[in-house]
Amino acid sequence: MGYTLTEKIIMRNTGRDSITPGELLNVNVDKVMVHDIFAPFVIEKFREMGFEKVWNPDRIVFVYDHLVPTSFIEDFRHHKIADAFAAEQNIKAVHRADGVCHQLMPELRYVVPGQVVFGTDSHTTTYGAIGAFSTGIGYTEMAAIFGTGELWIKVPPTLKFNIKGDLPKGVFAKDIILRILGDIGADGATYKAMEFAGSTVEGLSISSRMTLSNMAVEAGAKVGVIAPDEKTFAFSGVEGSRLQDLRSDSDATYEKVFEYDATTFKPVVACPSNVDNISDVEEMVGTRIDQGFIGSCTNGRLEDLEIAARILKGRKIAPFTKLIVTPASRSIYAEAAKAGIIGILVEAGAIMNPPACGLCCGRSGGIVSDGERVIATNNRNFLGRMGSPKSEIFLASPATVAAAALEGKIVDPRKYL
Amino acid sequence: MNGNFTGRVWKLGDDIDTDIIIPTQFLALKSVEDMKRYVFYPLRPELAELIQPGDIIVAGKNFGCGSSREQAPEILAALRVGCIIAKSYARIFYRNAFNNGLLLLENNELYDSCSEGDQVSVDLKNSQVVLGEKTFQVASIPEDLLQMVEAGGLVPFMRKRNGK
Repeated sequence: MGYTLTEKIIMRNTGRDSITPGELLNVNVDKVMVHDIFAPFVIEKFREMGFEKVWNPDRIVFVYDHLVPTSFIEDFRHHKIADAFAAEQNIKAVHRADGVCHQLMPELRYVVPGQVVFGTDSHTTTYGAIGAFSTGIGYTEMAAIFGTGELWIKVPPTLKFNIKGDLPKGVFAKDIILRILGDIGADGATYKAMEFAGSTVEGLSISSRMTLSNMAVEAGAKVGVIAPDEKTFAFSGVEGSRLQDLRSDSDATYEKVFEYDATTFKPVVACPSNVDNISDVEEMVGTRIDQGFIGSCTNGRLEDLEIAARILKGRKIAPFTKLIVTPASRSIYAEAAKAGIIGILVEAGAIMNPPACGLCCGRSGGIVSDGERVIATNNRNFLGRMGSPKSEIFLASPATVAAAALEGKIVDPRKYL
Repeated sequence: MNGNFTGRVWKLGDDIDTDIIIPTQFLALKSVEDMKRYVFYPLRPELAELIQPGDIIVAGKNFGCGSSREQAPEILAALRVGCIIAKSYARIFYRNAFNNGLLLLENNELYDSCSEGDQVSVDLKNSQVVLGEKTFQVASIPEDLLQMVEAGGLVPFMRKRNGK
């Protein structure tokens, strides 16, 4: 009997030679990530539980990104508490201003293909893009992992998304995942594994694959996995020959298989205030926008900044319109600067924010007011996500956002490509 | 787990995400007690004042979707909400709720039958919810999860494991 990629990762981890969806079992945790907002809560629960020493300091990564740079006087408390705990427990991986956690974990190779990883953030599903079983949990369960190195999981059934063909001009990974969300809904994969496969996915860069896996949680998925290939092995710096089995068997059992023809895809937007409220860009052309945002763990990578620069080069954003750009990590920022991309964006009128979560989580760097309308590349357009509950957020690809910033309204990005 | 209780209904819709339950801007407040004042702030800011211990939240599908922030169920537990009865829940919220001693029940029909302000009775032993003359069946909760809720969640469970 065959198994899916998700089942195979769990089997490798637990040493089991067979498993069934729905089964409860304990996994051995390879790596965990805790970010600054939740660090004090994890530490408090860890102590309340009566633990004294973490199970393995080398498997714990702290990333300060939600409160970087600090916006309120109290914010630093989170960093101080986490720093003290890291020193006490000999946790060496502490990133204080290097970028967004979900970019750093794969980029710095804290997570590699085949691992089982948990983070105190829902977008931990991102690492599925490199063939890891990774998902978000709360701070209490994280505290229990800190103490024991284990967590119980329910083996999820898998929904497979088989996407074939070349992407048309102006259509990107973001358009693919928004389209899928529109089709299956914000609870379409609750407690399930999503697996992205097919020639279109094989053709995507690791950065684009991360966009797909990142938003798997927006359909409620536990994980969003993609079989690792040569691109993945090179990205993660691992020897691929020992990981060839990290792919679904041809006779694996799926709960459902969705077939997509990528050549029919169009640029789309998620309209306020649900991620599954999808319309073709063509239908929304002319919608006034006040602010564009390019960044986040969904779409703040080099290729995202590159496509924006291609559209904005030699042009100026519309009067009364703001464009906030936030690279997802320090190294992306540095590379974009070296490539001249940052200069192009700034010349066009963009406001550069430091690599961190910032506006995506509505904490800093472009908070919006009553009546303002944003078009953004991040993952959530929930009510009040970026500030006032009376603002509105559209989600789109970096190309669609850059084009909208140029005209102060939603436009078809294909005319600038 | 105390098997029977009655509470007043507060009715919310589909896809109530955890950003609605507690927005990010309030997550760095020092304690859950401080955050309680902002529960449901973007959608129903008045509820923070109105929700009383024992009240029951009735909601549509996918309650607790979005961010993993555990402050969401912890605040509802701190407000001593009797339970939540929704059509369905998002998975991170589901785990976090039980880990914080917050009881979640699932039923598809109650939502369309009840109104805000109604009194609803929960009978856990028989996995039933009663509204006036009508009875609704809820999925039964495994006994060990109920015990964890009764004990107050995962922290006391781990304390016991560590002999504290």
